[in-house]
Amino acid sequence: MEKRELPFLAVLAMPVLAVTLAFFLLPLVRLTVIAGSGVDGLSAYTAVITTPRYLESLFATTVLSAAVTVVTLAISAVAGVFLERNRFAGRNVLISLLTFPLAFPGVVIGFMVIMLAGRQGLIGEITKFLTGDKLVFAYSMAGLFVGYVYFSIPRVILTIMAAAEKLEPAREEAARSLGASPWRVTRDVILPALKPAFIASGAIAFATAMGAFGTAFTLATNIDVLPMVIYTEFTLRANIAMAAALSIVLGIITWLVLNVARSLAGSTVAAAG
Amino acid sequence: MRRTYRFYAQLGFTLLVCSFLILPVIMSVMAGVTENFFKGISSGVTLRWVVEVWDLYADTIFLSLVIAIACLACTIVLGIPAAYVLSKRQGRVARMIEELLTLPLAIPGLAIALALIITYGGFRDFRSSWVFILVGHVLYTLPFMMRSVLAVLSTADFRSLEEGAASVGAGFWRRFFDIVIPNCRAGIVAGALMVVTLSVGEFNITWMMHTPATKTLPVGLADSYASMRLEIGSAYTVVFLIMIIPLLVALQLYGQPKKKQAENFDDLEHLESRTAKSAHMRSKS
Repeated sequence: MEKRELPFLAVLAMPVLAVTLAFFLLPLVRLTVIAGSGVDGLSAYTAVITTPRYLESLFATTVLSAAVTVVTLAISAVAGVFLERNRFAGRNVLISLLTFPLAFPGVVIGFMVIMLAGRQGLIGEITKFLTGDKLVFAYSMAGLFVGYVYFSIPRVILTIMAAAEKLEPAREEAARSLGASPWRVTRDVILPALKPAFIASGAIAFATAMGAFGTAFTLATNIDVLPMVIYTEFTLRANIAMAAALSIVLGIITWLVLNVARSLAGSTVAAAG
Repeated sequence: MRRTYRFYAQLGFTLLVCSFLILPVIMSVMAGVTENFFKGISSGVTLRWVVEVWDLYADTIFLSLVIAIACLACTIVLGIPAAYVLSKRQGRVARMIEELLTLPLAIPGLAIALALIITYGGFRDFRSSWVFILVGHVLYTLPFMMRSVLAVLSTADFRSLEEGAASVGAGFWRRFFDIVIPNCRAGIVAGALMVVTLSVGEFNITWMMHTPATKTLPVGLADSYASMRLEIGSAYTVVFLIMIIPLLVALQLYGQPKKKQAENFDDLEHLESRTAKSAHMRSKS
């Protein structure tokens, strides 16, 4: 049966392969070629590292994404393990609320940050009431940080809850009966068991933060994260070769992070926002 | 169970995270129906901003729906056969194809959009139609449909189902359409919900690819945040939320494999109780 099916399977695979070759592979190859054929030739690639503006933006984006990843993992681990472990009235409501922003696009996340920390935002009103000074930080790197954490929490929490569900309570019982404190049980039993979930969801959070564009676009155009730099190179400066080179570098970074994580932790499902 | 202080500390923390996520949503709903947000809700409740959003942006809402439905059709036609082929073939070529088809997830939307513009931007009619945006959406959502169907194909025992059908003379296409596709329903539904939700909310690719005549909902949102008063942006966000909430609820109901397992489990219990009942009846008679 296997051998005779081959031609049929080939027919089934034909449309998706044709579309992918024409609209994905070919454009990617073109992008790579264009990046090396601008006025500066191949030096557009080296310019990513030699031009301070690009290098600084690459550095800032990486640091921001790493910080977002660490903070999101910490928040989601506490809330996720708690929700998986305890049964109480209203638990399902809390889970629904925590996963509600899952489908928000980056622009809407940006608007949520404005609602929280913008000129007429909640944090501004509270700080004005408490100290007399309005704290407004939405339109900066700090606002972007808050937005990316907001964006990543629902995704990471779902992965961590799924992993926490598979934990064996017997191992914790054993540790406890040997006299381990709750803190040591967490550090030596629960956290190591959740490591694959941390790696998988952390990689997605990191890659998404590296490539995200909508939130930064909504908050301010002068936040110099890499996607914003690519956008300004392309639209305002019409420097297509540089925009292409930068987006290839960005694509290679996110692809690498996701692949390393996958080989460390099993499968990862990425979702760019 | 005794609730310790640790329980309440963790509950408090979780509630804090919850309010971080939900308070801004509530605020934007409020701002969307408030006469003047700066003065507060006391300035009066109004639907005026929602009406204004409808006047200004109704076309973006329709375009987003059209693209989402077209995108769903494309991912069904392309994704289900792809998943089936990948479930059948285990070799290196198949794995490379799978890798290629899921690659758009690992690459930022900005880069995909740039690549498409560089390659096809010269075809004026194509570039200025909504089909151009559709191409980007299909690339980005296809892996979700494919993986969702593939997950079902790799759990259920399709081989014996198909062998059974083949033994009574069903040809390849008959088996594909009458056995494989109907039995993948759960995966197709879950994938379809994902595809529509992602397409309606897609911004990164769409912003680069849109023209003034092809604005989608998220593009309109960005536009309203940048150039309209806060109340209009809020009302528009509310319209978006109203569109997306039914999709999210459906995703929670049909999108989780866990649910499926629970259903199977229910069936099993049902079967057991029936067997027990009939055994009981037999012993009685």
